[in-house]
Amino acid sequence: MEQHIKAPLDRETAKQLRAGDYVYITGTIYTARDAAHKRMYEALEQGEPLPMEMEGNVIYYMGPSPAREGRPIGSAGPTTASRMDKYAPSLLDLGLVGMIGKGKRSQAVQEAIVRNGAVYFAAVGGAGALLAGSIKASEVIAYDDLGTEAIRRLEVEDFPVIVVIDSEGRNLYETAIKEYCKL
Amino acid sequence: MRTIETGEITRNIREMCIEANHFLSADMKQALSQAVQVEESPIGQQILGQLQDNLKIAGQDMIPICQDTGMTVVFLEIGQDVYLTGENLTDAVNEGVRQGYVEGYLRKSVVRDPLIRENTKDNTPAVIHSEIVPGEQVKITVAPKGFGSENMSRVFMLKPADGIEGVKDAILSAVKDAGPNACPPMVVGVGIGGTFEKCALMAKHALTRPLAESSDIPYVRELEKEMLHRINQTGIGPGGLGGTTTALAVNIETYPTHIAGLPVAVNICCHVNRHAVRVL
Repeated sequence: MEQHIKAPLDRETAKQLRAGDYVYITGTIYTARDAAHKRMYEALEQGEPLPMEMEGNVIYYMGPSPAREGRPIGSAGPTTASRMDKYAPSLLDLGLVGMIGKGKRSQAVQEAIVRNGAVYFAAVGGAGALLAGSIKASEVIAYDDLGTEAIRRLEVEDFPVIVVIDSEGRNLYETAIKEYCKL
Repeated sequence: MRTIETGEITRNIREMCIEANHFLSADMKQALSQAVQVEESPIGQQILGQLQDNLKIAGQDMIPICQDTGMTVVFLEIGQDVYLTGENLTDAVNEGVRQGYVEGYLRKSVVRDPLIRENTKDNTPAVIHSEIVPGEQVKITVAPKGFGSENMSRVFMLKPADGIEGVKDAILSAVKDAGPNACPPMVVGVGIGGTFEKCALMAKHALTRPLAESSDIPYVRELEKEMLHRINQTGIGPGGLGGTTTALAVNIETYPTHIAGLPVAVNICCHVNRHAVRVL
């Protein structure tokens, strides 16, 4: 099924999404990858505030290539999500509703998705030039010193993703592979 | 005897870094467009279509094919009748990488120390493999390697008794573990034999071989064909979202090994299998 949603998004919308749905996201999302997650995790451990609200937000696991003059961003495809598995459950428990990445997630993340009525989307890995076309604005809002790994606020328009793990724990990677496995 | 100034190597590597990150080689492009024709899964077809569009946009608008513009692997085959003058070769290669990544709007993905993890901000140093070969030419291969797939690569120190079945199981288990993380459809480079490091280097080098070519050794050629077929039966498919196109090619290199060993390395590359080749 094809769905168009707005970000930030409420939990009711997230719960209507099903593994396998093609989803187009319009609105505001945030980037964070390895180093930014480590810093946010350390901030939480020390009782310090995070650079952005988690409630209702979507994090895109992505570190772009530099933008050419006059463009909002360079190549901007997803990175492997499992490297953020250590940190994701804490952020989901704080209200994070959506994550965009690629690749498998841990059992702990899957449980945190179900517990919080959240969703894990995949964007097409290695299609960073194409995906950049759906990003209309980009601004570094924290951890500027991390370069490509800084936290960016992105304005996106019909950003194309596929639901991989839905709020009820269905996992497209597991079901889809079985369908075509001939071994 | 022929004299080559290392500045010429710098200039070429600068251009090759930019070229490799925006344009796939003709064989890769052809394999990807053929895959759209044979893929059985609708979602897989859609993803392969998006990859075609992505390549078009990358070339037209000069946006890197993938935001992970890689750690730069450089293979140098230096003719023994070549006399290199100028700056030392390693510095010349790294200067080419620095210029290419800084001036070409490529992502800087290299950290100076694996544990302290401070970004070098110019994507240097490259990983350089040089070999002295007969002749008076210098062959340069620039292969930027993304780490989504690099992280899923494996070395197996098998026993001689594991034999060819052990090798097949090793390749298949690496690919299955990689699954969606390695951005399939993949190219699978395999090194069999040698020592611990030799098999890994062969696996990396195998990724630069044109996809249409196969091994000169008849049984290896059969093994490449069989493994490609079996990998495409895993069901992983484009993007790992199910389908019949999990790999575009399996390229295998072999080398003599010790009576006690059977090393096997599996270096997985995503569908953005980049390499630019020039001969000076």
